[in-house]
Amino acid sequence: MSNYSIALIPLLPLATFVVLGLFGRKYLSAFAGIIGTISLLISTIISLVTAYQYFFISGKINGIYQPIIALNYSWLQFTPSVSIDMGIMLDPIAMMMIVVVTFVSLMVHIFSLGYMKGEERFATYYAFLSLFTFSMLGLVLSSNIFQIYMFWELVGVSSFLLIGYYFDKPSAVAASKKAFIVTRFADLGFLIGILILAYSAETLDFGTLIARLTDASSPYFVNAAGASFIGISALTWGLVLVFLGGAGKSAMFPFHIWLPDAMEGPTPVSALIHAATMVVAGVFLVARLFPIFAFDAAALTVVTYVGAFSALFAAIIACTQTDIKRVLAYSTMSQIGYMMFSLGVAKHGGEGGLGYMASMFHLFTHAFFKSLLFLGAGAVIHLVHSNEMKDMGGLRKLMPITHITFLIACLAIAGIPPFAGFFSKEEILLAAFHSNKMVFFVALFTSGLTAFYMFRLYFSIFWSKESHVHENGHGEGTLTMKLPLVILAVFAVFAGFFPIASLVTSDGLALETHIDYLFSLTPVALAVAGILLASSLYKSENSKPQSIATTLGGLYTAAHKKFYMDELYMFITHKIIFNLIGKPAAWIDKNIVDGLMNLFADTTAQISDNMKGLQSGKLQQYASYFFVGVLGFMLLFIYLWN
Amino acid sequence: MTNLSILVIFPLLTTFAILFCRNVTQIKWTALIGSLLQLTIASLLMYSYYGERAAGNTAQMLFEARYSWYSAMNIEYYVGVDGISVIMIMLTAFVVTCGILISWKIETLTKEFFFLLLLLSVGAYGFFISLDLFTMFFFLELAVIPKFLLIAIWGSGKKEYSAMKLALMLMGGSALVLIGLLATYFNTDMGGGVHTWDLLKIAHMHIPYETQLFIFPFLFVGFGVFTALFPFHTWVPDGHSSAPTAASMFLAGISMKLGGYGCLRVATYLMPEAAQHYSWIIVLLATIAIIYGAFATLMQKDLKYINAYSSVSHCGFILLGIGMLTKTALIGAVMQMVSHGLMTALFFGAIGMIYERTHTRQIKELGGLLKTIPFLSSVFIIAGLCSLGLPGFSGFVSEMVVFVGAWQQPDAFHRIATILAAASIVVTAVYILRAAGSAIMGPIKNEHFNHLKDATWNEKMASVLLIFAILSIGLAPFWLINIISPDTQIIMENIARGAIGN
Repeated sequence: MSNYSIALIPLLPLATFVVLGLFGRKYLSAFAGIIGTISLLISTIISLVTAYQYFFISGKINGIYQPIIALNYSWLQFTPSVSIDMGIMLDPIAMMMIVVVTFVSLMVHIFSLGYMKGEERFATYYAFLSLFTFSMLGLVLSSNIFQIYMFWELVGVSSFLLIGYYFDKPSAVAASKKAFIVTRFADLGFLIGILILAYSAETLDFGTLIARLTDASSPYFVNAAGASFIGISALTWGLVLVFLGGAGKSAMFPFHIWLPDAMEGPTPVSALIHAATMVVAGVFLVARLFPIFAFDAAALTVVTYVGAFSALFAAIIACTQTDIKRVLAYSTMSQIGYMMFSLGVAKHGGEGGLGYMASMFHLFTHAFFKSLLFLGAGAVIHLVHSNEMKDMGGLRKLMPITHITFLIACLAIAGIPPFAGFFSKEEILLAAFHSNKMVFFVALFTSGLTAFYMFRLYFSIFWSKESHVHENGHGEGTLTMKLPLVILAVFAVFAGFFPIASLVTSDGLALETHIDYLFSLTPVALAVAGILLASSLYKSENSKPQSIATTLGGLYTAAHKKFYMDELYMFITHKIIFNLIGKPAAWIDKNIVDGLMNLFADTTAQISDNMKGLQSGKLQQYASYFFVGVLGFMLLFIYLWN
Repeated sequence: MTNLSILVIFPLLTTFAILFCRNVTQIKWTALIGSLLQLTIASLLMYSYYGERAAGNTAQMLFEARYSWYSAMNIEYYVGVDGISVIMIMLTAFVVTCGILISWKIETLTKEFFFLLLLLSVGAYGFFISLDLFTMFFFLELAVIPKFLLIAIWGSGKKEYSAMKLALMLMGGSALVLIGLLATYFNTDMGGGVHTWDLLKIAHMHIPYETQLFIFPFLFVGFGVFTALFPFHTWVPDGHSSAPTAASMFLAGISMKLGGYGCLRVATYLMPEAAQHYSWIIVLLATIAIIYGAFATLMQKDLKYINAYSSVSHCGFILLGIGMLTKTALIGAVMQMVSHGLMTALFFGAIGMIYERTHTRQIKELGGLLKTIPFLSSVFIIAGLCSLGLPGFSGFVSEMVVFVGAWQQPDAFHRIATILAAASIVVTAVYILRAAGSAIMGPIKNEHFNHLKDATWNEKMASVLLIFAILSIGLAPFWLINIISPDTQIIMENIARGAIGN
């Protein structure tokens, strides 16, 4: 593959966006889906070939996978050494990501052909999907930290546009705004982090940045590690702030609040953006800068605990939600928490790099089974016309393919062997076990919870009560909806056998891994226990879940209300920012600053108003002024004379 | 294209031509063709500027021309351009053309309206090409007075008050500028007690430090009033909201840039030591304007007020870039002038076009416009996204350049100012999405909105022109930075020399 054809991978979706965005609505409405899908299919093929060539032909130099700069253009030169470049960097994680992004995006494109059929803004939908795919591919291929920031923002805006796709629904508009603003706030941290790192290393280029900040003897490193602000080194500040941006996009606590609301978007969009690709951008960012993170224990600790806490926190909430997409959203947050803390417990290179590999492995497998879960949920919603569990139940007979594929995905996420999730989760637990016992136990407990809430979801949709949904003609949906489910299910089964350990590692060297069956016994047993518990509670309709909820009382309510995080945010934004900063600022401007200006003008007007009486045009008045004036001057002269 | 005066003469001829038109159609077409020719002339100027630079012409100013005007006081009509002026001239040409396109439906006193609008452009072009301080001041005044009439006659709301306020505050600003310029003039020495207004000559003279300290505030605050320097920004919200669409576009797109250009070219360039001395005050006021403007925007209910307050916030970046006194920050300041000029013109244009149809600008009363007028709504959203600094649009590039430049000042004061300024991007996102979310998206709130007509050809053309300009900077900023960079270098050298001389 020549370097220019690699550029086609992101540029084809961009071209689709431009064409559909400009002409789609008027001229191409009927073909928009086909155009988008075919262009993405080409993109997918090129990225598969590129990844194949990188992994098996050209990527290894001296037995180690090296980053290769395929293209690089100077885009904005600040100083001779600092510039924003637009480039394409090939390395193992970028290769893995382009495969995941193009593949999942392709599945979603195909699924949407049926799911979104008949929508008034069908072409616009595909234009936005293409914009997103372009931005996400640009993000993962970036060779420059500012470039990644730019695509990061573009990904954010495409997410905004897609969440707000049903723009006449106030809840969708509110959700899209929330998603954008919360991530934007986190991005502010990212931006300042970039400024700090770039100022310390005097470069924005990833390769140079990493080289300079991981060499303990370089003046750049000494400078960054030495300068401190309130006792924390510039390097740590930079990394933590960059991680803040990652936490925003990846919906880590406390920035997770936008993700559940983002489910207002069309379901295939949730599958693509809010499950498989965009939300793992934060994980990707930490992985991209991992060599520097590995050098800074403090920053890595932050990553570990934020990840572990989010994993547990989200899993607890997921057990109490009744909207099936929200359950999946919290489950996504929880799984991303796994990826995060897995990176946090890793070291650079060698055996210590297990966590890094495991994180990337889980990112890879998760993309398949989670997008499968969302697409399956989409098929269900398509049939039932509701997101609520109470409107579902007994659907296994009506939609057999969806049922089987959904079950496979549930088994995969629960970590049952030999499904994909088992292998990646096992590596994560192993990595945590070796370096941080507390995190390990949190993760172990969470994996039990995961199995429980996933099967709660599964039984509530497909078993529980008898179905009362009437066959409304389209049944399970079109072939284009079923096909992606089947393909993704195949991957949800087999992706675990993919040799990620020898391809994607922290130092480019293959990692020896083996499944320790004795070690696996505990997590698998916990997962099975979770499934059994869910089965006893939800397989057939009974009153036990209700009574458990009553027993738990406040704890259940708190989890059901998502631990009041939304209320907290509302309080901060409306009560504090709007009422205590915004309103006073507007008031001061109108009354004090402008008031002073008006006062100035009014006083001038007043003075001249008083003075205008002098110009009355009355002769006698002028004569008397004259007389008084002459008299005054005379007195003055007499006074001065003496 | 070596005769710069054509930039002034041509619009002037157009205004005369308009006076002789017989009916509305003739007037409009004369104005449009005139402005399109302006755009052509400006493009040719940029083309030949590039050619000269590529051919290795390294003179500070190109295409200079000089005629004595009043020799007793050494006043000359002295013109010349560098990269910064060329860019500002391009900006003016774009905004004027689009302003005329958008004003297609002006029905009352059409002749007078277009006459005044084009007269404004004469002032702006003249200001940007002048190298003689007196001539420059002359053109600055020429760009103020027509605005009073434009607002007072064709405005809306409390237009008399706003027009008066704007004119008085800008006049106050130019009075300060005049004092500063006179003080500068009398402190120059060409030998034998002869003074000069020649900008380039003054730049190479050494004005005593104490004198600079005295003159600089007059010049900077005077020009600062034009570019919404806190606390002299209060004419902006009232002025903009009462002005007719084209006047708003011109006011925010070009007039506010006259001030920024003056702050940079006159105040900072001629008084480099004083600029360093006072730079912390500039940074402080700029940061206040950015943050405070953004928060004040958050509370506005009228679309025009939203954009007006947001202009206060965005123009703060121009002053912040100047106050930071690093080369990158100065480049950022100039880029922000161009970017904000285009973006705010587009935004005011979009608001004006929507207002013309819905007859309301209150975001509470609007809603669901994306359904009925998708083109105009998309234009509004694009303007909004540019305003909140989305990559791909010019706003992102210029703000980032300012941030990177500002970060090069390593002390805590400048760092905190930069972080606060950067924090405004979050607030900006909130107010833009709030406006777009309830005015453009959401359910249709008014039955009457179902029958709105989308953009006409002239409105489409204006929007496309501005979006094209915004994208050309946002997607390929290197051409802009290349054209500005050498000239900011010269200003920086003057500042550095001042620092050594001190």
